[in-house]
Amino acid sequence: MSFGKKHLLGIQDLTKSEILSILETAESLKEISRRDIKKVPALRGKTIINLFFEPSTRTRSSFELAAKRLSADISSFSKTTSSTVKGETLKDTVLNLEAMQTDALIIRHSASGTPHFLSTFCESHVINAGDGTHEHPTQALLDAFTIKEEKNRLKDLKIVIVGDILHSRVARSNIFLLNKMGAQVVLVGPPGMVPAELADLGADIDHDMDRAVKNADVIMMLRIQLERQQKNFFPSLREYRNLYSLTPNRFKKADRNAIIMHPGPINRDVEISTQLADSVKSVILKQVENGIAIRMAVLYLLLGGKEREFTN
Amino acid sequence: MNLLIKNSHVIDPHSGLDGRFDILIKNKKIIDIKKNIKDKNAKLINASDMITAPGFIDMHVHLREPGQEHKETIETGARAAAAGGFTSLACMPNTSPVNDSSGITKYIVSRAQKSADVNVFPIASLSVKQKGKALTEMADLIQSGAIAFSDDGMPIQNSELMRRGLEYAKQWEALIIDHCEDLDLSSNGVMNEGHYSYLLGLKGIPDYSEDVMVARNIILAEKTDSRLHLAHISTKGSVEIIRRAKEKGVKITSEVTPHHLFLDDSLLSSYSTDLKVNPPLRTKQDNKSLINAVKTGVIDVFATDHAPHSPDEKDVEFNAAPFGINGLETAVSLILDKLVHTEVISMNQCVDMFSCRPAKILGLNSKGKIEKGADADLTVIDPQKKITVDVHKFRSQSRNNPFHNWELKGSPVMTIVGGKIVYSDLH
Repeated sequence: MSFGKKHLLGIQDLTKSEILSILETAESLKEISRRDIKKVPALRGKTIINLFFEPSTRTRSSFELAAKRLSADISSFSKTTSSTVKGETLKDTVLNLEAMQTDALIIRHSASGTPHFLSTFCESHVINAGDGTHEHPTQALLDAFTIKEEKNRLKDLKIVIVGDILHSRVARSNIFLLNKMGAQVVLVGPPGMVPAELADLGADIDHDMDRAVKNADVIMMLRIQLERQQKNFFPSLREYRNLYSLTPNRFKKADRNAIIMHPGPINRDVEISTQLADSVKSVILKQVENGIAIRMAVLYLLLGGKEREFTN
Repeated sequence: MNLLIKNSHVIDPHSGLDGRFDILIKNKKIIDIKKNIKDKNAKLINASDMITAPGFIDMHVHLREPGQEHKETIETGARAAAAGGFTSLACMPNTSPVNDSSGITKYIVSRAQKSADVNVFPIASLSVKQKGKALTEMADLIQSGAIAFSDDGMPIQNSELMRRGLEYAKQWEALIIDHCEDLDLSSNGVMNEGHYSYLLGLKGIPDYSEDVMVARNIILAEKTDSRLHLAHISTKGSVEIIRRAKEKGVKITSEVTPHHLFLDDSLLSSYSTDLKVNPPLRTKQDNKSLINAVKTGVIDVFATDHAPHSPDEKDVEFNAAPFGINGLETAVSLILDKLVHTEVISMNQCVDMFSCRPAKILGLNSKGKIEKGADADLTVIDPQKKITVDVHKFRSQSRNNPFHNWELKGSPVMTIVGGKIVYSDLH
């Protein structure tokens, strides 16, 4: 197994074969979480720190469990306020933690580019768990893993992503990944949140949801942040729901085997009807389960575990 | 002691000089310019392969004193200016406290007299505390040494206040300088809005956040018939609006920085905070349009917007870093290498834009020219000298300059202020 990178900063820097290598590794690691004893010794003795400067439930627990199931020691640190408020710079905070002899730092931060900044001075492996409105690479990887499980491929699928694309790190990482894998991506949302220039990243753009979902294989709904309304990206939640919510009527226009995805947390009956979120077409909870396998794979590949240590 | 500069190529578009002459300096003034001057009492400077120009003037710098001496002081900023070939600076009022009263203006003037190697002319704020609410006491400030008025980095959003400021300043033909930016359109952006901001997930500042304010300011300058200077123009849109206004005869002038001419937003992919500046680095098309505007005279002067920040302040996540590029020690070499050696502009035009025109705009009547009786402020240039930019050798106290390691041809080699050699790298 070859994985050339020291850090996981974003999907943009990954090659297609690196993406495939993560997906394949996750495939073999997934069953560990279904065992009675959910633990292998692959990363025994490694020290990992979760540095969460933004609130998170899913991603933070997922990384913690992934590390623990590989027998690494993980310590989580969260701080919702910026380090500069307290007077210590982020660099100083990180250097202090690194002095404790860490092997990897998993970072979530509200400022885009923060993992890149850390990678300029850190000895440890840096893993991006979401940076501002830039990237969320493990989310895109777990989404691709889930799509592959359901559809057996990524190439030539029509994947519609709906919502606040401009401010979404999930969307950005997904666009980069799906493009590399040969899928067709369609972005849907109000013009301010889906500006025409986003097409340059490798996607088609549509502001008409009914038209865009036609024959879609995958519909990925994004959480709509209510505070965006105050910035006039859309006039009211009512109008947003009328135009962009995934309802049973709209879903009928998609391919009959289409699946519904959402990175969570969901606003029920805002961007997605409760009925669809809980339906058999929804793979939302499968995404969460696969998140652990993907994060195990990322940690395993970066921290250099040996393959035989987790195979039976 | 008298100073005699022998045999250099003297270029001064103001007085039309363009040839080999000697220059004799006595008592802070130029007293003679002709061939073969002899003066036994003078210190001789052999400058035969050099160009001597009227002292360069940077009308847009931040010297950080009083209040932010960890970034720069008047002394270190002036030393950087001397090394960069500048003999005069006009410094922006966003000090701490803001230069909005005669006390602060006089303080800056007196600190400069004590510690600065070059001439320092304070720009006072146009509104009290740069808050954009009430005008500062203009007459008192002019009396105390303010050379112009500007709220620079905190641009005046209220059009009525800008109107009143322009109207009031007219009685003294005082100069107002505006940083043209609609803060609502910029909406806390950190880089140019476009392909790269979408790619990098950094909040964008649209180019038209500058354009709409350039247009507003031009309309107000025209209606009030007052003098207005537009700081650090960065967009193609602004250039087009300024071109039309100048054709109509509106009394506006404008400046451009080397970083807006030669750097673009694709470089931000490194998330390097040394590239974080306001207005932000725009696109290659904007670079091209700005260079053309320099060539055709739509833009009047080069200025650096020298904005020193301490290394610690820039060594943070991108969003948390302050805006600003440290520019005094690289500007002249950049223009010589990128515009003069490439024959986009002539050496005459270069001197005009670095010296004669800023002197005229600021009303410095005895500067920006080489003639009998003028101030003995001179910039000596070696057009062939090759340099490699090294921020660690800066005289400035800060290092935030993105041209580190650039190899450039052409460099200032001697700076003379009031007849005194304040910087020399000659021979």
